[in-house]
Amino acid sequence: MSSTAQAQKKGFGATLWDYLTTVDHKKIAILYLVSGGFFFVVGGIEAMLIRIQLAVPANDFVSAGVYNQIMTMHGTTMIFLAAMPLLFAFMNAVVPLQIGARDVAFPFLNSLGFWLFFFGGVFLNLSWFLGGAPDAGWTSYASLAIASGGHGVDFYALGLQISGAGTLIAGINFLVTIINMRAPGMTYMRMPMFTWTTFIASALILFAFPPLTVGLFFLILDRMFFANFFAVEMGGNTIIWEHLFWIFGHPEVYILVLPAFGIFSEIFAIFSRKRLFGYSALVFATILIGFYGFMVWAHHMFTTGLGATANAIFAVATMAIAVPTGVKIFNWLLTIWGGNISFSTPMLYALGFIPSFVAGGVTGVMQAVAPLDYQLHDSYFIVAHFHYVIVGGVVLALLGGLHLYWPKMFGTMLSEKLGKITFALFFFGFHATFFIQHFLGLLGMPRRVYTFVGDQGWDLYNLISSVGAAFMALGVITLVINIIMTSVKNERVGNDPWEDGRTLEWAIPSPPPFYNFKQTPLVRGLDTYWIEKMEGNPEGMTYAEPIGDIHMPNNSIIPFIMSAGLFVAAFGALYFIDGDKAWPLPVLALGLLITLGSMAARSLKDDLGYHIHKEDLLKEGGQPGGH
Amino acid sequence: MDINKQYSAQTWPDHPETATLEGKNKFVGFWLFLGGETVLFATLFATYLALKDKGPSGMEITASQLFELPLVFIMTMLLLTSSLTSVYAMFHMRSYNFRAMQAWMAVTVLLGAAFLGFEIYEFNHYVHEFGFTYGHSAFSSAFYTLVGTHGLHVAIGLGWFILLMIRNAKRGLNLYNASKFYTISLYWHFIDVVWVFIFTVVYLMGVVG
Amino acid sequence: MMRGLKKWRLFGLAAALMAFLAACGEEQISTLQPAGQVAEDQFDLLLLSTGVMVFVIIVVSIIYVLAIIKFRRKKVGEDVIPEQVEGSKRLEFIWTAIPIAIVLFLAVPTVAVTYQLADVDDMGVVDAEGTPASVTVDVTAKLYWWEFAYPDLGIVTAQELVVPTDEPVYFNLTAADVKHSFWVPSIGGKTDANTDGVNTFYLTFDEESADLEDGVFYGKCAELCGPSHALMDFKVKALDEAEFQAWVAAMQESTGEAEGELAQEGQELFEQSCIACHATSGAGTTGGIAPNLATFGDRNRIAGYLPHSEENLKKWISEPQEYKPGNLMPDPGSLPGREGEAFSEEELDALAAYLFGLTVEDDM
Repeated sequence: MSSTAQAQKKGFGATLWDYLTTVDHKKIAILYLVSGGFFFVVGGIEAMLIRIQLAVPANDFVSAGVYNQIMTMHGTTMIFLAAMPLLFAFMNAVVPLQIGARDVAFPFLNSLGFWLFFFGGVFLNLSWFLGGAPDAGWTSYASLAIASGGHGVDFYALGLQISGAGTLIAGINFLVTIINMRAPGMTYMRMPMFTWTTFIASALILFAFPPLTVGLFFLILDRMFFANFFAVEMGGNTIIWEHLFWIFGHPEVYILVLPAFGIFSEIFAIFSRKRLFGYSALVFATILIGFYGFMVWAHHMFTTGLGATANAIFAVATMAIAVPTGVKIFNWLLTIWGGNISFSTPMLYALGFIPSFVAGGVTGVMQAVAPLDYQLHDSYFIVAHFHYVIVGGVVLALLGGLHLYWPKMFGTMLSEKLGKITFALFFFGFHATFFIQHFLGLLGMPRRVYTFVGDQGWDLYNLISSVGAAFMALGVITLVINIIMTSVKNERVGNDPWEDGRTLEWAIPSPPPFYNFKQTPLVRGLDTYWIEKMEGNPEGMTYAEPIGDIHMPNNSIIPFIMSAGLFVAAFGALYFIDGDKAWPLPVLALGLLITLGSMAARSLKDDLGYHIHKEDLLKEGGQPGGH
Repeated sequence: MDINKQYSAQTWPDHPETATLEGKNKFVGFWLFLGGETVLFATLFATYLALKDKGPSGMEITASQLFELPLVFIMTMLLLTSSLTSVYAMFHMRSYNFRAMQAWMAVTVLLGAAFLGFEIYEFNHYVHEFGFTYGHSAFSSAFYTLVGTHGLHVAIGLGWFILLMIRNAKRGLNLYNASKFYTISLYWHFIDVVWVFIFTVVYLMGVVG
Repeated sequence: MMRGLKKWRLFGLAAALMAFLAACGEEQISTLQPAGQVAEDQFDLLLLSTGVMVFVIIVVSIIYVLAIIKFRRKKVGEDVIPEQVEGSKRLEFIWTAIPIAIVLFLAVPTVAVTYQLADVDDMGVVDAEGTPASVTVDVTAKLYWWEFAYPDLGIVTAQELVVPTDEPVYFNLTAADVKHSFWVPSIGGKTDANTDGVNTFYLTFDEESADLEDGVFYGKCAELCGPSHALMDFKVKALDEAEFQAWVAAMQESTGEAEGELAQEGQELFEQSCIACHATSGAGTTGGIAPNLATFGDRNRIAGYLPHSEENLKKWISEPQEYKPGNLMPDPGSLPGREGEAFSEEELDALAAYLFGLTVEDDM
């Protein structure tokens, strides 16, 4: 009686409708996974185009203008449309299960958050077909973004605004879910590490996204509605954008990397068969990193000219982040120390993560040395650094998490053999691509160049880097093959396919029934499922309540329509400035009307959900907690 | 939760807005949302302060010439009073007096609408008397965006109030809509607090310095 | 015998040095071969922080490798359940305290050098006679070229910065259109050229550029500024004090007058079609629409990056968008007096003769 099995019995139209209207966090997780995965591939193709262009000096594979579009879209897509949604996929799939909840706090908003992200991402990528993509870099610094012709930057600002609203909603939703929906006994200090990192990352989203929202509004207003925030000759100031962007942008790094830490924490514990070493230290380090994340944004602006005092303060503050991060690394090392290490695919990613992320971390400290950063900033050194952090930290976590949680999400096991091949190809390719780029930066190569003149000492290193990228692409292709083969074979697995699961999600079937827990569990400690297993409890759970009626929310198409309305409105706003067409203003109004109308409909219509009756639950499972 | 369940003043819970899980979620979620809104306005304030009196070279309009305190003072009083009347409405919501709640909410809406009317007049005045349009300068963009964003919040709040009042006019109070009434009043207080900052930072500091 | 050994040793040392230098890139552009005090300071910080970080990496690696080897399942046993250790307060303290110490150790030189590099107090200081004690250059970054004005000396040049060695040179940096960033990797860097406001900094050039491969240090734009950001290169000539003074004098006297028949034809053509944007005499002030060409014949590159040949010049004049997409130089056809007509081969010859004749170094 799994939801996928149910879906297979339905026709395509019914399945599609089911996913368009679903408010079930597990299905929304799949939506995030599929669309995030799609954008990941798009961003990956863009990355390959970049490396092809830069493989040899004076290459003319793509033109300068197109290169800037590809480079901008690669960054924007990977950060906003791939990494974050993929993390949301795992948060949605796992966090409610880990805390013993039947759903998130706001199932309707969960769906709305997804559809906003989706329509924002689609809108942004439609720029390729409508006159050209944004070309001012993913940071879209104001003077260039204002000067950029065409509608590319408009697509960037409006698309990110829509998907950013979705992200903010998702962040609030996870915060409330974790605050209010924990099962009895699930105290804060018993929460699994992935739940903790999701909690902190969501708090960062809540406080970091509004500055981006405001910055993007300024950009939209300047470009489309005659405002002068960044128009220097009208008294504007472009440095405001840099501040706003990085006040968002630096916490954004932690929004990505903290959940990645969470995934790795789960993997280390499971595949070392050992409790996380220094759990409480890990929790406090996470909180501290989140807090520091807001104090250091100006280290992205050391060369902007903020003055020696500002640079010195932000330099030292930035270095301080190394301390809690180091605490985490050592606690993970001590988790595997004395454990019983199984080299399963997820664990390979986690073990690969440690040296990769340490390398990314130490170059981060080097860049915190402000005077040294004057040399490193905007060179290939920084390109190497942030790819070590984002790929070596976040992407490895996403791939590891994909192998780890695939059975829980889909009820089948990805091939271990292909998984290990994927890891080997990807890991080798990653280091081959990016390690050498540190040196390119030190040898004077600026970043974001569409080509370079030969014989400046960069030719060989660039070629090596491009060859490495091909290995990463092969790794991803292997992964896709693995996914297809696994889905075709469709061999079902049980509750705890890795056999050493420690947290509640492994105590229930894979995939879980749509109501998650027939009876709400009683949590008896950190790693509650492990405790029950060690005590020999065959059900894997102690229950906090007898079987009773379960209240479930109704599906709704309104989130889809609401997001589609903003999508339509964005086209109106985008073409409004052209002034040569009559339709933009009506389209803008129509889109906003659709959105506001569906909000009103949501408000006017009582949505009280429905109940699954006790009798049906008993009929279905045989015995409580059935396998 | 049964939407049709009838309560009396005695059986009505002390905190009806958080009596259900949905209500609790809404309560926590909305407070968090206001946290995000605070950052949003803080950003707008910071930008305004950075761009205050900044314009093309030779621009003569400054904050101290533009703003007139009496008008803004009336607006402040209107909004502060509306915040108070929404407190009365919540008081009656908690004591299960639906008609009094609706009445106080109606007063709140009227005061808010009056505030909005004054604001529209004010903007109109700046544009026509001073030529201080949205695209006039960085200063004008920052001013209208900050104060206008607040005005937009007021407008949304009014729409929300009216929608809730009409929707529930015949149904009276229940635990399903109690949290909705509570949330809008929370929103209204937030809007009021933001205005106090706008009054201080934009208008008072503008006229003085 | 001893002598032979010594020679061999020397040779070995030289070979090792060569290998090291090869890994350190080209000396005209590598941060690893500093040729000025600022880059030197930065290089020292690089060595220091790399050293500290390599230490951290070694510590982590040892624990990591030992853990993987000692505690792999094959060795520990398939069914063994390890002890579920909670943590250790003492260890937590150690790996909090040591990183704090490391951070403090790095923070001290960081703060010191940050203030040191920001010290431009001596900028514009004049001696008893009112002549400035140091050279100040006003740098304006434009799409996609660099203007270098010497306000105290009354001269302006473009694309190739000329500076004296062994003394701090002060810079006022700004951007005319969009944000750029000024970077000379082997001398020190980098500072953003903002559209709002001026950034001031100093650099010291400790080596003369004449000994370098092209006789110049390479400078780069380091901030994305549009399609041709990658091509927004400039060059730096570092001259000793006497040569620099001679260059300044030659600049001040340069007139932009042609010598020779063909070049004179070129000059006429130039004055008809190009002079509206390009100045040709070194005396002047900042604010040119297009690069000042007074030193064109001395330059190292065409359009900032193409080899300095007449052929490249002709290509560049004929199809500016082809060689630097998005730059502001008009196609020949749209220049004053051209009425849609491109330059003929003869006209290009004349222009090239004129432009290549614009030199001040011959007069030094």
